[in-house]
Amino acid sequence: MFDIERWQEIFDTIRKNKLRTFLTGISVASGIFILVILLGFGQGMQNGIDKEFQADASNMIGVWTQVTTKEYKGLNPGRVIQLRDENYNVVEKLYQDKLEYKSPMYRVFQASINYGKESGAYSIWGTSPDFQQLENAYMSFGRFLNYSDQRQKSKVVVISNKIHKELLGSIENPIGEHIEISGLSFQVVGVYGDAGGGREEEKIYMPVSTAQGVFNGADRLNMLYFTLKPAENFEQSLADSEKFTNELKTYLKQVHTVAPDDISAINTFNTLEQVKRFHNLSGGIQFFFWFVGICTIIAGIVGVSNVMLIIVKERTKEIGIRKALGAKPISVVGLILHEAVFVTAVFGFGGLIFSMGLLEIFGPMVEIDYIVNPSIDFNVALTTVFLLIGAGALAGFFPAWKAARIKPIIALRDE
Amino acid sequence: MIQIKNLHKSYKMGSNSLHVLKGIDFSVEEGELVAIMGSSGSGKSTLLNILGMLDGADSGDYVLDGVPIENLNETKAAQYRNKFLGFVFQSFNLINYKNAMENVALPLYYQKVGRKERQEKALKYLGQVGLKEWATHLPSELSGGQKQRVAIARAMAAEPKVLLADEPTGALDSTTSYEVMDLIQKINDDGNTILVVTHEPDIADMCKRIVHLKDGVIVEDKKIKQVRASAYV
Repeated sequence: MFDIERWQEIFDTIRKNKLRTFLTGISVASGIFILVILLGFGQGMQNGIDKEFQADASNMIGVWTQVTTKEYKGLNPGRVIQLRDENYNVVEKLYQDKLEYKSPMYRVFQASINYGKESGAYSIWGTSPDFQQLENAYMSFGRFLNYSDQRQKSKVVVISNKIHKELLGSIENPIGEHIEISGLSFQVVGVYGDAGGGREEEKIYMPVSTAQGVFNGADRLNMLYFTLKPAENFEQSLADSEKFTNELKTYLKQVHTVAPDDISAINTFNTLEQVKRFHNLSGGIQFFFWFVGICTIIAGIVGVSNVMLIIVKERTKEIGIRKALGAKPISVVGLILHEAVFVTAVFGFGGLIFSMGLLEIFGPMVEIDYIVNPSIDFNVALTTVFLLIGAGALAGFFPAWKAARIKPIIALRDE
Repeated sequence: MIQIKNLHKSYKMGSNSLHVLKGIDFSVEEGELVAIMGSSGSGKSTLLNILGMLDGADSGDYVLDGVPIENLNETKAAQYRNKFLGFVFQSFNLINYKNAMENVALPLYYQKVGRKERQEKALKYLGQVGLKEWATHLPSELSGGQKQRVAIARAMAAEPKVLLADEPTGALDSTTSYEVMDLIQKINDDGNTILVVTHEPDIADMCKRIVHLKDGVIVEDKKIKQVRASAYV
């Protein structure tokens, strides 16, 4: 290894066999290059999917109720369970520290809305001011609901871009306009938009207290919405939200006297469960890229091995000459392998640095859906380089050893 | 220097076996210059290859410089070759990507001689075969005669005890042949033992002893009065 004479001999050989050296090196460098780029994009795809779901789905938990299906404590099945303000207030108080956004919801379907001569039928949703965050709605004009609206039971509404267009199309900025809902006048304080599009824009929001008052809702609620504060990682978040959902169910079953094993009276949904499916998907994609990557490495190993076989074949006569001049078989094998390992190492690291540099520089610039900042774990790439070097050395060793062991007179005859 | 007893060698040619050497008894004293003659197929090159440990015998004893050559593995053979033997081949056997000087210096590399000294020695021996100014040329840029002279310089650079030459002048014109033989005679004068396989009588006459081989046996072994090649140069 540190025999300077041998290094000189190797550099002489490399200098005088530039094409051979180049071809060996390229087969190694290209293998590494392809692997790094491939795995980089695999990672990029995972990043992209992660980002996509982050934008779309939050860790939202919703609760709604139906009728009971089981007899419990002398109460007949078929009882209607109704969520009430009290339920919401208790949960809100109990989980104060854990909740990020929360909203009760009281809903009226197909209320008739009039503005001047225009009229239409839309759903009225009474919610808390947090509902903007829960729905990921953005504001086109004005503001969303606020807590003072809620306290004062103000007759204010937030309409959607779609309703703005359909009902108040003649007015560019509808803030301050009054619309008529079930004969009562409401002031428009904001116009929202939803990335989800048309179906999500069929709703008119007003404070839940107003809605309950106007539509004879008393303290009734249709649904409760909550999001939890994000935990450090996804697994923790998922565990937290599942725990919260279960506790929520247990609480509601107790106060409404519902059998603990009644699965239809209290219903919940948890968007994080869907996120989990996304995670599994991106895990599958990463597995796929790894599979392709490993196949690429195998192809690289086969390529390097082939080049080694050819090199040894080409040098058989030289081996014979060197042996006739007094080279021991071990020194001949050492020379050939030393050269091979040196060349594969130099080109392997060259390919590694080149491809990782490419990812570093151009990765952040990639702007394709579902691919965000392709990058690769340096250790993985490094391991691959060593794997290829090892495979090349191993592939070169056996034919070199064989060639070094045959009688020189036979090696000398090789043309 | 060399003692051989009852040496046999046969080659397998498919199902047939070709008996090339049929019991050779032969010895060479230190400082001798021996020509091995014979028609093609007589086994003279095979004998030389076995003496050079490039090939193994089937049976028989071989003692080189007091060392019995037996149970030879490649590592041991390489050591002996490096220590005792220099080769000149009919087909030159130069390494094609190394220039003349590097080819000559190669055996010295295996004798663990330093790079600088190798180059100096290589240039010296190249000078002796008249190719000093060709030192940086590749074998492909040299004529057949020049290649053989490089090969001879290479064999001599190792300063071997026994120089084995297989048709060394086969590819050279007569003037160059005599120059080379002059060189070989001078190395011999320094006390080196040299065996030359040739079928040219005038080359054989420049040795001190001629061994005739025919069909794998020695038919004639005589000492002659050496013709000095320097007379022709």
